[in-house]
Amino acid sequence: MASDRIFGLVLLALALAYIASAFTIQTAFMPDPLGSKSFPVMIGALIGICGLAMIAKPDAEPEWPDPRSFVRLGFAVVVLVGYAYALKPMGFLLPTAVASGVLAYQITPRAGLAALTGVGLSVGLFVLFRYGLGLGLMAVPRGLLG
Amino acid sequence: MELLTNLALGFSVALTPTTLMLSVFGCFLGTIIGALPGLGPSNGVAILIPLAFTLGLDAVSALVLLTSVYYGAMYGGRISSILLNIPGDEPAVMTTLDGYPMAKAGQAGDALVLSGVASFVGAFLATLGLMLLAPVLARVAYVFGPSEYFALYLLAFCTLGGVASKNQAKAAVAAGLGLAIAMIGIDNNTAMVRFTFGNLHLYDGVDFLVAIVGLFAIAEVFFFIESHGKESAIGVKLEKVTIPFRMIKDSGWTMLKASGIGFFAGVLPGAGASLGSFLAYMAERASSKDKESFGKGNPRGVAAPEAGNNAAAGGALVPMLTLGVPGSGTTAVLLALLMTLNITPGPTLFTDRPDVVWGLIASLLIANVVLLVMNVPMVKIFVRVLQLPPMVLMPGVTMVSFVGIYSLTGSYFDLLLMVGFGVAGYLLRKLEVPLVPIILGVLLGNAMEDSLRRAMVLSGGDWTYLFSSPIAVGLWIAGIAGFVLPFFMRGLYARSKAGLVD
Repeated sequence: MASDRIFGLVLLALALAYIASAFTIQTAFMPDPLGSKSFPVMIGALIGICGLAMIAKPDAEPEWPDPRSFVRLGFAVVVLVGYAYALKPMGFLLPTAVASGVLAYQITPRAGLAALTGVGLSVGLFVLFRYGLGLGLMAVPRGLLG
Repeated sequence: MELLTNLALGFSVALTPTTLMLSVFGCFLGTIIGALPGLGPSNGVAILIPLAFTLGLDAVSALVLLTSVYYGAMYGGRISSILLNIPGDEPAVMTTLDGYPMAKAGQAGDALVLSGVASFVGAFLATLGLMLLAPVLARVAYVFGPSEYFALYLLAFCTLGGVASKNQAKAAVAAGLGLAIAMIGIDNNTAMVRFTFGNLHLYDGVDFLVAIVGLFAIAEVFFFIESHGKESAIGVKLEKVTIPFRMIKDSGWTMLKASGIGFFAGVLPGAGASLGSFLAYMAERASSKDKESFGKGNPRGVAAPEAGNNAAAGGALVPMLTLGVPGSGTTAVLLALLMTLNITPGPTLFTDRPDVVWGLIASLLIANVVLLVMNVPMVKIFVRVLQLPPMVLMPGVTMVSFVGIYSLTGSYFDLLLMVGFGVAGYLLRKLEVPLVPIILGVLLGNAMEDSLRRAMVLSGGDWTYLFSSPIAVGLWIAGIAGFVLPFFMRGLYARSKAGLVD
């Protein structure tokens, strides 16, 4: 119940912001009858109406994970965001080994196996991508190669 | 005669060594993807698109590779349904009903072979159907103007949302969110910038591949982390695999019927393979003299849904190729591939790029034969793949997704966006908001807006123009019916499904 109501409120806020933002789109020099704004405004209205419908008639509460699982999921997101930032400056091998090792540990919490998985995936995928598919991946940071 | 000429053209494209090799490779990879629980046809094809693109494959080769993966995944989905009681993908749900009981009764091998043959019959007949129906539909689609296209897009959202979700508001909001994302970036008609909030990365809009891979593949990883990757041990033994000729002969008629039903379910825009296998199973059960045995390991209960869902997979290609409107989640992903390759599906595709259309059809026919060989005598190889633990599989999927998107766009911003879509996909799936309408919205948003604007330009801003042709009115009525009818049908569906489980 509560989840759907909160989701409905979020959607409503999103819809209002979207419509407001649509009204700030500049009108073109030679506008067509519909213009750049109308369709986005319609979409915003649709989302808003659906948000209201969800507040009025929420579904049963979904099965949310327990707080500890939430922490683990949050940590996984942080790792993936870090991986996204690290991939270019730090090369492929190290960030991939760390990120996939952490994800593996989170799925099955056995440290040794997870570390092995991380290293194996990192090296295996690098060989596959670089030599099998010919993608231009950097193994290690450019600086290390001198 | 024309058909034969076209087919000859198709086979001349499909029988080149490279294309043939890609097709075999695609079938193999597809069956693995389908068999692994948590990696269905849509996310499997989605993570492979960026890779196919960076490999520099030409349009026909890329299309052949990924449709082979698509067909392969439809075949492979049954393997984990039968052996683990976990559907490898959504359409394979119905196969668990009789497939797992058969496996528990020591008939795992028979069930795998029978369902492999049923998959072949369904997919092969559907490819023939595609061959016959698509050119006809393409000719009809020539008379479509902007108002008809607008109504058609609406129909796709309505039927897809109506069938896919338990709550119409959530289906509609999914479509709305997808469309809202599609609006981001520079407006094609006026070159005005919309919804970028001054972020330069967003001027080109959100790449639909980023959205697809995030929503499907990355979100799936979060689900695995939440569940700790449980439920993945093979519960039944697979002894010797022999071909149960009698069983196949007995369910021949079942397969034919199921293929017909599945194909038409697939052709309907938006309905897709899950509906195909459901209807095929229900029809088989309803017409059987021995209703009690269904759900307890009746071979026909395995043959019907498998023929049905594979036929629907072929049927779903019809609206995708002829109208540019996908009939299912995976065909939406294939549409994304076509758009990435700068191929515009629709009636003109058949006249402008016959090599693409007929090459695709010919390689689907070849892929089916390859898949039959792989899935019957060689099924044991794929069973072994199921023993790959999720702790290796899911990080692997994540890394392939990252590298694929990164090699396509070379920007860390798209990777962040992909993680964002992954988180959103996880939350939305928890809230039972269907994801496929979002993808459809991102893919079709700009085309839909264009058709509406063109209709308004043609009519000088007169809204009644949208309902000015019988085809458009028909599509509007079908769309509204598709959205509203599930309200009433749902009770029926729920009751019959409950009846199956106990």
